[in-house]
Amino acid sequence: MTPLLRVEGLSKSYGTHPGCRDVNFTLWPGEVMGIVGESGSGKSTLLNCLAGHLAPDTGKVIFDTRERGPRDTVTMRESERRWLARTDWAFVHQNPRDGLRMAVSAGGNVGERLMAVGARHYGDIRAQAEDWLGRVEIDAGRMDERPRAFSGGMQQRLQIARNLVTGPRLIFMDEPTGGLDVSVQARLLDLLRGLVRRLGLSAVIVTHDLAVVRLLADRLMVMKDGHVVEEGLTDQVLDDPQHPYTQLLVSSVLQV
Amino acid sequence: MTQYNFAYLDEATKRMLRRAILKAVAIPGYQVPFSSREMPMPYGWGTGGVQVTAACLVPEDTLKVIDQGADDTTNAVSIRKFFARVAGIATTEATARASVIQTRHRIPETPLAAGQILVFQVPIPEPLRFLEPRETETRTMHALEDYGLMQVRLYEDIARHGEIARAYAYPVRVEGRYVMDPSPIPKFDNPKLHMSPALQLFGAGRECRIYALPPFTRVESLDFDDYPFTPSKAAGQACAICGAADSYLDEVITDDAGGRMFVCSDTEYCSSRAASQQGDAA
Amino acid sequence: MSKAMIEISGVGKRFVLHNQAGVVLPVMEGAALSVQAGECVALVGASGAGKSTLMRMIWGNYRCDDGSIQVAGVELCGAEPREVIDLRRTKLGYVSQFLRVIPRVPTLQVVAEPLLAQGLSDAAARARASEMLARVNIPQRLWSLSPTTFSGGEQQRVNIARGFILDWPVMLLDEPTASLDAANRAVVLDLIREAKARGAAILGIFHDADARAAICDREVDVTAFTPAGAAA
Repeated sequence: MTPLLRVEGLSKSYGTHPGCRDVNFTLWPGEVMGIVGESGSGKSTLLNCLAGHLAPDTGKVIFDTRERGPRDTVTMRESERRWLARTDWAFVHQNPRDGLRMAVSAGGNVGERLMAVGARHYGDIRAQAEDWLGRVEIDAGRMDERPRAFSGGMQQRLQIARNLVTGPRLIFMDEPTGGLDVSVQARLLDLLRGLVRRLGLSAVIVTHDLAVVRLLADRLMVMKDGHVVEEGLTDQVLDDPQHPYTQLLVSSVLQV
Repeated sequence: MTQYNFAYLDEATKRMLRRAILKAVAIPGYQVPFSSREMPMPYGWGTGGVQVTAACLVPEDTLKVIDQGADDTTNAVSIRKFFARVAGIATTEATARASVIQTRHRIPETPLAAGQILVFQVPIPEPLRFLEPRETETRTMHALEDYGLMQVRLYEDIARHGEIARAYAYPVRVEGRYVMDPSPIPKFDNPKLHMSPALQLFGAGRECRIYALPPFTRVESLDFDDYPFTPSKAAGQACAICGAADSYLDEVITDDAGGRMFVCSDTEYCSSRAASQQGDAA
Repeated sequence: MSKAMIEISGVGKRFVLHNQAGVVLPVMEGAALSVQAGECVALVGASGAGKSTLMRMIWGNYRCDDGSIQVAGVELCGAEPREVIDLRRTKLGYVSQFLRVIPRVPTLQVVAEPLLAQGLSDAAARARASEMLARVNIPQRLWSLSPTTFSGGEQQRVNIARGFILDWPVMLLDEPTASLDAANRAVVLDLIREAKARGAAILGIFHDADARAAICDREVDVTAFTPAGAAA
């Protein structure tokens, strides 16, 4: 089996301020990896480097493409990277406003990726959009409404549908449950888990919520000051943390 | 006149414009930036078109200028007089006799011929502008043929209105590559862009962009397989003056009791037809 | 004929509490045991002797510092996460004392989860989950509710249903009969017997001495694995 994503010696700094430093890992098909750490630990920088939003200073991000096998996405052409971004990759932003077109209807939001890869049949596009709205539990009757009219949880589900409609293999999530009420979070987590399992997706989830990674992630990476200080099986890292920082992080969670 | 350069522009400007035009012709549909100059008219009156026309003119040219199809509106008359004065060239209202035609918002009904140049005045050259506000991003989208968003706009039209509601400035794809704004011509004129034997140049003065369709360029209006493009006009009407059923019509309100008539928007086409009909009758 | 499905030797474990002056707590040393297919072995020893720690190390939940833990032929000491995940998905079942689920997910779904993870169809997984829930006497009206609101005994039975829904070759049972009434306890013991009969290797902690006597073939006293310095 070929790893879906292999990251080697990835570093990115902002002037003298380090973003992430010498990150290495391998993600296998079907794996869900969580990245935790406090604000400023470099986890979002890392995610953006992986998803091609930021150019790393050094290092490789090798993705197993469908047609041409493992390729370094850092050195590939922008056009190829964008093609991946609208076919094989998905990116779910913390704030749905960053990931949605607020002036475009829900159906248009879901259909955009299809049209971007060449779909030109209105009826087919609409049927697929409807199917996906159903899968993320949005009533098809609301398909022509703009996302502005939706609640935060619905907007986030719409963002997920918009991303998954082209059948990506790797989904990047930046605090996907961050801005939501706790009650809405649970529903979204369940939805994500179901989708990831049914579609055999791999995912990289950045969050500071340890409960979220415990429920969603198979593996966990803990970051501090740009470094990965600990990584391993999610429950192992959370229940038997080895690094002082991880121990502090785990022991700082409030018990309900 | 000898101490001045021909056709208003100084030599350096003319050279810069001609280079931009050559580049635009070489890359059909691609928006070439140029350093637009101040013209003796306000933005929106065709400063881009005037610069392109001035750069194209040679002393042997015959110029026609139309505004919304009409030869006799203020804008058309002013520009025609302007060039007659600064370039000393011949002018005409007859489409067939003109070698250069500057137009605002129409393509003449009389089919254009090889050797003719049609210069469009363009207010906003970027077809993606109202979908994506960042110029850096729209340029990248053109470079990468990332046109899903353009299609989303048409999708939204159908979702909301049951059809593609865009009646003018209807986006086209040039030679299967660049998506281009054909300037605010009615979509009725879109088919005339396709495989035209004339050279078509587009000048946007305020936005500093020139783009072009060389003769015999493939130009397709964007659409969906199940919602194909249709060039529309006032349905079932014919021109009240010349009786043409195949031309683009203006609706003219004749009184305040609901009276109205439809007449050709192309005044020269209409009057020449009317004249020949009178000749036949005589 | 019999095959060791769990094979442990020389296993040691220390906790280093970095945030409490770096105290090092050795909790296990030289642990060794093996469980054959079709065998049920009980871990015994006083509270705090390390029964749960050893179970968690075999589950891959606690990192193993020394020695070797082999489950169904897979070495867990130093294993890659994906090896542990694969083992848990296909070979190793675990019934813990606690139920950890996403709130609002219906009980039926929770129980069907291991089957879905193996790629079974929704309908088939649900049918099997319904059988298991009926067997552990969870009333049908509760199936569509989240188990987070259930009583301790009900949660425990949901856990059992989920744990036994697949025919795991290796099973770890942490107090499976705790907080159950006599009737349900009998059901669980039957489930364990059936698992043994089909050849599962079972390692468990049973405080209930009668249950232990009824189903376990052997006992292993973990007190023997307690490090000398830690017996304070």
